[in-house]
Order: sequence, then C-alpha cells, then structure tokens
Amino acid sequence: MIQTIVFYLFATLVIASAVMTIAARNPVHSVLWLIFAFFNAAGLMLLVGAEFIAMLLVIVYVGAVAVLFLFVVMMLDVDFAALRAGFSKYLPLGVLLALALLAEIVFAVAAWNAGGIDTGVKAAPIAGDTPNIALLGEVLYTRYLYIFEGAGLVLLVAMIGAIVLTQRTRSGIRPQNVSEQIRRRPEDAIRNINQPSGQGVEL
Amino acid sequence: MIGLGHYLGVGAMLFVLGVFGIFLNRKNVIIILMAIELILLAVNINLVAFSAFLGDMVGQVFAMFVLTVAAAEAAIGLAILVIYFRGRGTIAVDDINQMKG
Repeated sequence: MIQTIVFYLFATLVIASAVMTIAARNPVHSVLWLIFAFFNAAGLMLLVGAEFIAMLLVIVYVGAVAVLFLFVVMMLDVDFAALRAGFSKYLPLGVLLALALLAEIVFAVAAWNAGGIDTGVKAAPIAGDTPNIALLGEVLYTRYLYIFEGAGLVLLVAMIGAIVLTQRTRSGIRPQNVSEQIRRRPEDAIRNINQPSGQGVEL
Repeated sequence: MIGLGHYLGVGAMLFVLGVFGIFLNRKNVIIILMAIELILLAVNINLVAFSAFLGDMVGQVFAMFVLTVAAAEAAIGLAILVIYFRGRGTIAVDDINQMKG
C-alpha cells in the first residue's frame, strides 16, 4: 500500500516539475525544477530496486549537470523575456507533435500488453538477494568492459572539448610570468657605481 | 499494485513533455538543453523499469551509459552556448543560420 502511495507521489511530482521546467519564466527556476524532477526520478528508481542508478542520478545530475546549468544561466547576461517571444506561436505545433508522440507511445504499450514480442533469453538475469550494485558490477566489468571504457573515453573527449571550446587567450592584460621572475639574477637588476660628488646620477 | 505499465506511463509523459518543451522554447537554447535532459531521463526510467520488471540487469547497465552520454552532451552543449554568447551577445537560436547548412 505504502509503495503505491509513494509511487504516485513521486510520479506526480516528477511530471509536475517537468511541466514547470519547460514553462517557467525564469531559466534559474527552470534549472531548480529540473533538479527536483531528477530527485523524484531517483525516488522512482529506488522503488524498483535500482539503487545504484538512483544514487548516480542524484550525484551526476544534481551534483554536476544541474550545477553546470545554473552556472551558465547565471553567467550569461541575456534578456530572457525577449527569448520567450513566440511562446504562443509555437504552442499549436508543439501540442500537435506532443500528442502524436503520446499516441505512438500508447500504441506501443498497448501492443506490448497484448502479448508482446518474444524477447528470448535474458542476457543477465537478476538473481535472488544479490545486492544491486554487485549485480551491476558483475555485468559491467565483464561483458560490457569495452563499452564501459568507451563511456570513459566519451567523458574524456567531452571534458577536453569543453575546455578547448571555452578557453581563450585574452589580450591587453599583463599576467604574472613566474619563470621570468625566478630567472632574474642580481646582476641583471643591480649596478654598483662609484658616484662622484657634484654630478647627477646616470640612470 | 504498481506494474511495468505505470512506469512506462511516467516515462512516456516525461518524454512527451521534453519534446513539447523543445517546441515551446524554440528560441531559448538553455531550456532546449534542459528538455533534452528530460527526454534522456524518460529513457532512463524506461530502461530501469524494464530491467526491474523483466529481471534482467542489462537495462541498468545501459541506463548508466545513457547517463554518461547525457552528461557529456550537457557539457559540450553549454560550452558551445558560452562561446556563441561571447561572439554574438545573444543566445537566440533562431538566428543561428550563418553557416546556411
């Protein structure tokens, strides 16, 4: 009983916060609603016993991606009101496409409920009382090892790409040159002279 | 009793809301990126639900890979957004037709 209540709570909140994400006037509010949606989706995944994916969702999305969005939204000085022009103009087409998609998905689910396609043997069956993370590790580090390495490569390329894209050499500033400062010797900077009296100093 | 259909329903609604969000905020590329995140979240919910209800672990492995790609996509997308804003002073995506592609 409690599972049903919790499922409907999480499901309602995730849908509501998704609506607010795409409809909020202020993009900062949109990001905050997106974070809320991810939290509730993590709750939904916890309910079916996918603990590791749920925690990963909280760590990766809430901890990294959403904060990245927040930084960018707050860093860019954009007139967001002007960007909302045409909001109502795009509404009919958007509703039409959304309804078409929804109808297709409903058809697919109905077809699956009517008997479904024989999916054959299970690739990695979930065994009795083994913890979720142990099961995941057993599959991930054996059969999907190369794909796992590929995922790491994707992240590396994304990281390097983001750095390369956003890095710029700024002109007109005088940064500190540490190696030049360390290379400097007393002979380069100090000159001992025997200054005769009554004459000006030659610089 | 909560079944697979309930989870697929939530996933379908999230997916449709994501697609709808792309059309609704055609000019604001930040919201478009967030809508894409919603779509990928819907995919993840579906993968995890199928994995749990069919008793097969592979769904959760693939949910992890989807998560990876989503994070990479967000990072690259926002980096492109930042350099675009630096050059143009705006992020209105319907003006991005310089390449005439």
